[in-house]
Amino acid sequence: MDAFLLELGVILLLLAALANVAGRLGLSAIPAFLLAGLLLGEGGIHDLGASTSFIEVAGELGVLLLLLLLGMEFSAAEFAASLRRHTPSGLVDLVLNAPVGFATGLLLGYDWQACLALAGITWISSSGIVARLLSDLKRTGFRETPSILSVLVLEDIAMAVFLPLLVVVLSGGTALVATGNVVAAVAVVAAVLLAARLFGHHLGRMIGHGDDEQVLLRVVGVMLLVSGLTYLVDASAAVGAFLVGLAIPQDAARRARGVLKPLRDLFAALFFLSFGLHTAPGELGPYLLVALLLAAVTAVTKVGTGMFAASRDGVGSRGRARAGAALIARGEFSIVIAELAVSAGYTEIGPLAAAYVVILGISGPLLAKYADRLAATRPDPAPTP
Amino acid sequence: MDVTEILLPGVGVRYEFPTSSGDRVGIVAKRDREFDLVRYGGSDPDAPETLLTLTREEADAVAEILGAPRIVERFADLTREIPGLVSGTLEVPAGSRFDGQPLGETRSRTLTGASIVAVVRGDRVLASPTPAEVLRSGDLLVVVGTTSGIDGVRKILQG
Repeated sequence: MDAFLLELGVILLLLAALANVAGRLGLSAIPAFLLAGLLLGEGGIHDLGASTSFIEVAGELGVLLLLLLLGMEFSAAEFAASLRRHTPSGLVDLVLNAPVGFATGLLLGYDWQACLALAGITWISSSGIVARLLSDLKRTGFRETPSILSVLVLEDIAMAVFLPLLVVVLSGGTALVATGNVVAAVAVVAAVLLAARLFGHHLGRMIGHGDDEQVLLRVVGVMLLVSGLTYLVDASAAVGAFLVGLAIPQDAARRARGVLKPLRDLFAALFFLSFGLHTAPGELGPYLLVALLLAAVTAVTKVGTGMFAASRDGVGSRGRARAGAALIARGEFSIVIAELAVSAGYTEIGPLAAAYVVILGISGPLLAKYADRLAATRPDPAPTP
Repeated sequence: MDVTEILLPGVGVRYEFPTSSGDRVGIVAKRDREFDLVRYGGSDPDAPETLLTLTREEADAVAEILGAPRIVERFADLTREIPGLVSGTLEVPAGSRFDGQPLGETRSRTLTGASIVAVVRGDRVLASPTPAEVLRSGDLLVVVGTTSGIDGVRKILQG
């Protein structure tokens, strides 16, 4: 017990120090936590003993909380507005970014299920990192910002369909079983979203209690219950948590976000750490080059996505460059997808995703910060009147 | 005046409008109720200069200085958070017996339970008026209470 408390305390202080340094450099804490996990644990500089099993369990809770809050992030009105205005941007996002991951998987000789996971990993930007970036760089008032945020919203919607499908595909089975499972998964998602539409206000009232303690216990309770149920029917628990987040109406979500955020921060940090713990730094070697190339290509395709989205809102060339660079960072969604693949037995995805997210989680924010100056060296070809 | 409203998913709303002096002003209202005031028109048309960042309290103070509409909105917001609570704006009608009388004379809270939380007179706003505040016909009273309570205050003012 003493060893456990000591070890966990040291780990949390280490994470705090890393997050602090990352923040000072204008970087996200996510790659820092992943790196800490890589350096500790099996094959690392120090193998954790007593706290390993706790970090595992905490990490599982961390994924659920992470996805619950991702689901709560946007309101129905914001979904509708983004769909109306930026559906083509969402499609460009998918078509430019996902196939790169899929093709890379094929080139490496992976099963198509693993390729699909890799497609998801390269497709989805980190809404956590990007949103933080926009506020840190004081760009909320910039004209390209709505375009960037709309792309994030559309990726969020796409995940509601992609995650259940991926889980079903990863669980394998014959073509017939898989097809049946896909149909079942789509039906479950549709049922949850319909129920949210019809009974969401009940959920909202149930959660919208005056007392923080009540809000906390009720939301986490509902999340665990639904996650447990989706886990039982062979969908992943993470999918359940995400759907609960989507189903909570905006007014209640605003309240719940405030209460849950500290809890999420703690457990999500342990999730990123535990993801890194599974991978020994030595294993990374063969994946580094692939991860670098993949990062370089998908950074360019993301810039294309952002420029396309911003041009739909009539933004000038420097703003378009900023929008493109802002979307480069990959983070929590990519790691969640990788975790699903790893727990389904496609362990080769783990080190590749870890390296990929560390590279883009660090370089993304830096590129976003300086995109402006890089673009400013070229003259604006079409100044807006 | 034309105010454009642009949704910023996950962040809040941006309002944008031109001023008669030729500036293009943006106000970013964030979900945590902080506000950024920005001005467009530098070398990059899409990158504004941030003039001010206001906390919730500071923004409330600025709004109170600048005028009534925001005050009413804030109470509307408050009433959304508490079920059953509504707010309304009532006018002290011309020829009301409370014209020239102190607010306390209406005994509106005692009789109806509803509170008069602000008096809007022309372009001036008296937030949290004391019972000694003298009413004039034409004053707009911002009332917070139940629906029947607000109706009660309306009847008192007309009586």
